[in-house]
Amino acid sequence: MGKTLFEKIWDNHTVEEIDGRTLIYIDRHMVHEVTSPQAFDGLRINKRRVRRPDLTFATMDHNVPTNNRSLPIIDQISATQIKALENNCKEFGIPLFGLDSPHQGIVHVIGPELGITLPGITMVCGDSHTSTHGAFGAFALGIGTSDVEHVLATQCLVLDRPKTFEIRVDGTRKNTHAITAKDIILSIIKKIGTGGGNGTVIEYRGRAISDLSMEERMTICNMSIEAGARAGLVAPDQKTFDYVKGRKYTPKNYDELIQDWRENLKTDENAKFDKSFVINASEIIPQVSWGTNPAMTADVTDVIPSPEEFAKGDASQENAAKKALEYMDLKAGTPIADIRLDRVFIGSCTNARLQDLIEASSVIKGRKVSLNVRAMVVPGSQQVKKQAEELGLDKIFQEANFEWRESGCSMCLGMNPDILARGERCASTSNRNFEGRQGSGGRTHLVSPIMAAAAALTGHFVDVREWV
Amino acid sequence: MEKFTPVSSIGTPLERPNIDTDQMVPKQFLKLVQRTGFGEFLFYDWKFEPDGRKKEFVLNDPKYSGSQILVTGENFGCGSSREHAAWALKDYGFDVIIAPSFADIFYNNCFKNGILPVFLPKDQVSEIMKTKSVINVDLKSQTIQYDSKSIPFQIEPSRKKTLLEGLDDIAVTMQYEDKITGYEKAH
Repeated sequence: MGKTLFEKIWDNHTVEEIDGRTLIYIDRHMVHEVTSPQAFDGLRINKRRVRRPDLTFATMDHNVPTNNRSLPIIDQISATQIKALENNCKEFGIPLFGLDSPHQGIVHVIGPELGITLPGITMVCGDSHTSTHGAFGAFALGIGTSDVEHVLATQCLVLDRPKTFEIRVDGTRKNTHAITAKDIILSIIKKIGTGGGNGTVIEYRGRAISDLSMEERMTICNMSIEAGARAGLVAPDQKTFDYVKGRKYTPKNYDELIQDWRENLKTDENAKFDKSFVINASEIIPQVSWGTNPAMTADVTDVIPSPEEFAKGDASQENAAKKALEYMDLKAGTPIADIRLDRVFIGSCTNARLQDLIEASSVIKGRKVSLNVRAMVVPGSQQVKKQAEELGLDKIFQEANFEWRESGCSMCLGMNPDILARGERCASTSNRNFEGRQGSGGRTHLVSPIMAAAAALTGHFVDVREWV
Repeated sequence: MEKFTPVSSIGTPLERPNIDTDQMVPKQFLKLVQRTGFGEFLFYDWKFEPDGRKKEFVLNDPKYSGSQILVTGENFGCGSSREHAAWALKDYGFDVIIAPSFADIFYNNCFKNGILPVFLPKDQVSEIMKTKSVINVDLKSQTIQYDSKSIPFQIEPSRKKTLLEGLDDIAVTMQYEDKITGYEKAH
């Protein structure tokens, strides 16, 4: 029987079987300031070294301020964490893209940008959205701090072999401007649930996936974790090879590698997945989340469902939906388009790449942000920021009264000063609408960049299909 | 890591599905650079009002103080990979978590910190959630006992060994140094 792409990568990276689990070699390790200090401490306590500093790359993104970089960091605890990463990288010889580096940015934006992310590799980071890198046909997974330490020390991880999950997105989108990769992945999570992918690696396949750009594929793979999957991936194709070419860390033998990638990095025709889910892109329209997990999502044309409708007979889900509506201060039956907003955030590892910013800017040119809304754009990296400024996007955003910021995770998780005030409601291009995610008592609605931009202008959600 | 020994305690019922790690340790507490002292932040925003008053929440109920077993809903620990969630649960005093299912990264993080996550069918978890009696969890025999009932549970043999013997995962992997070097030479 044939093998799936994931199974091929797994087999290629198996070092040894140990008591029914597998020792897997890790090709690339990204490190950031929040989940690494305890790992480096562990190394010091046990007098261990970093086995492969040349395969390890660090940046600071989670708690960095996104205002003027020349000012000192006011939050002393954040400053301590950033300093700790600088010291650890120096001590263990790890390349660091620090606050003053032109390559600083969100780990999952700079990995691909610098050619660190490659087809067919294994990649880890102490961050659940490491699944992003699967867009290149890599097995990329988020890990806890103890496993960060484990990879630093051994360049390997002990893993249970995940099951394989095919998600096929057939057909084509009816409007490729208004209906985005974000809407595809939110539609999938709405259907399979936040635990639908638990214990699996998802391979996204089908016409609508092949049609996507690399940046859009990253958005899809990024949110695999919101369906509970260990990782998500897309088989590489010419778009992937073109993206990877000529970047800072792209291997010198790129031309040889590309032959190998082309021949081997695909699921065999006679391979079998452990499970499958099929959705048709032509049925997908812009999505807006209404609750406190990403599966609590509706079409922009819908009304907020009642807990009974949402739960479909599951008592604990019904209770969860009730709590979610209470937290979100929303009533069942309210049209999504009637939800009024205080804040708009365009940013995060899900949707802060150049294409996202171009799409968002396309609807705001010559318009102004609603007087009731405070809106901000946080580019995913310094490179994205630079490219966007070369295209004049910063001017378009600023003239519309959006704040134009320095790169970082920012208000996706609110570890820096960019947070929602209690009770504020935000249209956000990020990935999680959990309680308090963007600030204690803050309320998050997940949407695509173009939906967020349109909402900023009108002060409420609109169906952008009517605009573009 | 300390060896895992049998646990006897009443259970703390927290009936809600999809509890994410952001709830277990809100982000404002992720800035510490050590592994200890996270217990006081566990479920912080569910325990306290913005002004610091205690909310009505199971962890604020004195009845459950000292409980070492958390009994909860499906897909427990979804979301962020932050191991701070496991550190907080352990530091607070939970040694066992019983749920219908766990999110993968969280499940793995538990074993790294001496917490035993036990998954059981949903109806069995609901039953355990109702009992007021002491629950006995024995990893060696893979059984949970309460109210004269005895329920077996599953666990991967190597994970069981890690907990029972309190093994250092990294030291175990380092025993395969020649294999790792061999892999690197071949690739």
